[in-house]
Amino acid sequence: MTEVSVAKEDVAGAGELVVLKSVNKHFGALHVLQDIDLTISRGEVVVVIGPSGSGKSTLCRTINRLETVDSGAIAIDGKPLPEEGKELARLRADVGMVFQSFNLFAHKTVLENVMLGQIKVRKTDKKAAEDKARALLDRVGVATQADKYPAQLSGGQQQRVAIARALAMDPKVMLFDEPTSALDPEMINEVLEVMQQLARDGMTMIVVTHEMGFARSAANRVVFMADGRIVEEAAPDQFFSNPRSDRAKDFLSKILHH
Amino acid sequence: MFDFLEGYDVLGAFWTTVQLTLLAAVGSLVWGTLLAAMRVGPVPLMRGFGTFYVNTVRNIPLTVIILFTSLGLHNTLGIGLGSQVIDTVNFRLAVLGLVAYTSAFVCEALRSGINTVPVGQAEAARAIGLNFSQVLRLVVLPQAFRSSIGPLANVLIALTKNTTVAAAIGVAEAATLMKEMVENEAQLIPISAVFALGFVILTLPTGLILGWVGKKLAVKR
Repeated sequence: MTEVSVAKEDVAGAGELVVLKSVNKHFGALHVLQDIDLTISRGEVVVVIGPSGSGKSTLCRTINRLETVDSGAIAIDGKPLPEEGKELARLRADVGMVFQSFNLFAHKTVLENVMLGQIKVRKTDKKAAEDKARALLDRVGVATQADKYPAQLSGGQQQRVAIARALAMDPKVMLFDEPTSALDPEMINEVLEVMQQLARDGMTMIVVTHEMGFARSAANRVVFMADGRIVEEAAPDQFFSNPRSDRAKDFLSKILHH
Repeated sequence: MFDFLEGYDVLGAFWTTVQLTLLAAVGSLVWGTLLAAMRVGPVPLMRGFGTFYVNTVRNIPLTVIILFTSLGLHNTLGIGLGSQVIDTVNFRLAVLGLVAYTSAFVCEALRSGINTVPVGQAEAARAIGLNFSQVLRLVVLPQAFRSSIGPLANVLIALTKNTTVAAAIGVAEAATLMKEMVENEAQLIPISAVFALGFVILTLPTGLILGWVGKKLAVKR
């Protein structure tokens, strides 16, 4: 455990990678993000939890501007998020994203899914892109499925391909938007294991999830959101054993005791 | 029995129909795709133009559009589309009119196809850093085309039959010849039957083949 805390200080020293400053967003009358301040350091694994409708997914999606914000500032690696256009596309390539519903390109094979961004965005030549794609598919354990189409794979396999597709861009940070919520129970672990390995390898990760086990074992920090606000931020041990806010206590009592 | 066909180049007339159809099909596929891209694009001016174009053009009778190309573009404005020979000019004007008209329908068929592609596909494409045109070209349109093949087959069949409107500006296609034969011969019913059959021969395989292709290429989800 002491090692962990040392690692955390290293992390803080390595600099701020993702910074959100007083971010606000409305969906019509719903104030879905209220004055969000959040800083994520290089190499840090931050798990965002909270009841549904609390704004966690929206928060995750604002970081690569799949959702725009009404006010406030978001910066990645010191650069503020640009407007829609070439600059933003370039920045998105550096931010890997894994969706709840996988979103693999349905008309392309698994291998092509992992090669597309490398070839079209990174301008990697085809051979190198294929080698890298195969290596990544091997790393997430779906190398044998390379020539199949996404619909022929199980949910867990599809999600691991989606992780490989994001990793193929050599992202600075990975966003996971409820990556296991659409999976059958027996497939959740195969995806979590890949994510845990990624965390151990030092990837900066922001994970929106309901998997408390993952939060405990892999997170450096837990961010608890409710009603569009960050209610509590703490190390996982502290958060799960001794939450300070009533809202978090209430939430944990509902999910942990049955 | 078929002696009323003697002295008439029925096959030649249908060949002109086929040429009109194919050229207009390629043209309206290209222009219709661009219109669809404008209508789903992020630039308000282009979205507005796409919407305006489609809503205007598809509500104007094709005869009016074809006549306009001849009377308006050619006779009044002197646009000959690169030719002095009146038959060639008329043929090209007819293709232009057919493209202008049919592309509105191609655009809407494609747009309905685009709507069948889940939003997540485009989000995932944007998330790996593809720009708007790449998202459209590499991810959304290939899937949209596959689910639009059925509606596009309808448009193509309608286009094949719409080429007969080119008769209005004297293009020597099937309907022009039919009119000429009806005027000169007594066998009205056999003549009509021959031309009706000719169009069925052209359009029936279009529907069957494209239906088969559509099933074959359907994106599994």
